[in-house]
Amino acid sequence: MSKFKKKKDGGLPPISTASLPDIVFMLLFFFMVATVIKEDNLKIQNNLPKANQIEKLDKNKPISYIYIGKPSANYIDTYGTEDRIQLNDKLQSVEQVQAFIAAERANLAEELVPTLTISLKVDKEAKMGVLTDVKQELRKTNALKINYTTKKGDALTN
Amino acid sequence: MAKRSAPEVNAGSMADIAFLLLIFFLVTTDIATDSGLSRKLPPWEPDIDTPPVIIKEKNIFALTLNSKNEILLTSGGDSELIALTDLRVRAVEFLDNGGGQGEDACRRCKGSGSEQSSDNFIKAVISLANDRLTNYNTYISVQNEILGAYNVIRNREFKKDYPNLNMNFVEATAMYQDKSTEKKDRESLKEKLEAIKLIVPQKFSEAEAKRS
Repeated sequence: MSKFKKKKDGGLPPISTASLPDIVFMLLFFFMVATVIKEDNLKIQNNLPKANQIEKLDKNKPISYIYIGKPSANYIDTYGTEDRIQLNDKLQSVEQVQAFIAAERANLAEELVPTLTISLKVDKEAKMGVLTDVKQELRKTNALKINYTTKKGDALTN
Repeated sequence: MAKRSAPEVNAGSMADIAFLLLIFFLVTTDIATDSGLSRKLPPWEPDIDTPPVIIKEKNIFALTLNSKNEILLTSGGDSELIALTDLRVRAVEFLDNGGGQGEDACRRCKGSGSEQSSDNFIKAVISLANDRLTNYNTYISVQNEILGAYNVIRNREFKKDYPNLNMNFVEATAMYQDKSTEKKDRESLKEKLEAIKLIVPQKFSEAEAKRS
């Protein structure tokens, strides 16, 4: 009775992937809008603490970044496990902070120099010692506008 | 010959191309963190013998962070360890005390007017000292709570002085910094913000970290 032969059991039908590009494009656009190009390649751990009394940094004014934290896993062999300072792409010592600020200022138009803000991106596990030294150097070179860059969140849960 | 429609373009590799772009953006970008606690450092002064400014002890709210991340509060002659969660309330109490007499009297203060605490907003100084081994985490939390305390009072005074604006100091600051706010509004906001900043100044001093 071939008329009533069961349909051949071909397993599950293939899932249509026609909408896959749409989904991926959606993700792509999300990331293009929500992120910015990295300023520096970090060689240190940089997990920022949280705070809620924060102000937005004015993007129209010049900003220089100073990173502080323990070297990340790949660099422990080279740089050890103590807190280090990263300026641009290199791990530097405290003495080089003044030269870094001078170089940043040299890149700016004369009238913008006093508005230069130093964004301090410090790992939340870091100790205050290195940061204190950096602040002293900033005072010596008269770069007084600083910003402790943080994530938005409840500071009591840090 | 009959007209033939153009053959359909194969879109199978579209997903691959999109994935490639997506991964490129994932690797080269970072979620923007462009906000934080703004502070101003005191200018560097070479060692000249300037006589130290004398401040009445009751006008100082001294915080000391030790290497175990504990907070020691010295105020009005007493020292005690306090929890981070109490810090903001205590700082507001101190700033808002209004214990001044005569020309130091504080008309805007709502506090108890205790003799052991600050005279007025202008006289009240919060000082923070930390150890070199204090965690940055704790330091930022303390900074945040102190700024929070100032904002509590500034919000109140802003609402009192400009009740028809229907916003507080923090909201007004955000609106002032917002680029889409009209220039005319920003000018008038700036004036009001500066006025409040003069009434409730942030007198917040940081001592150099102790070597330990």
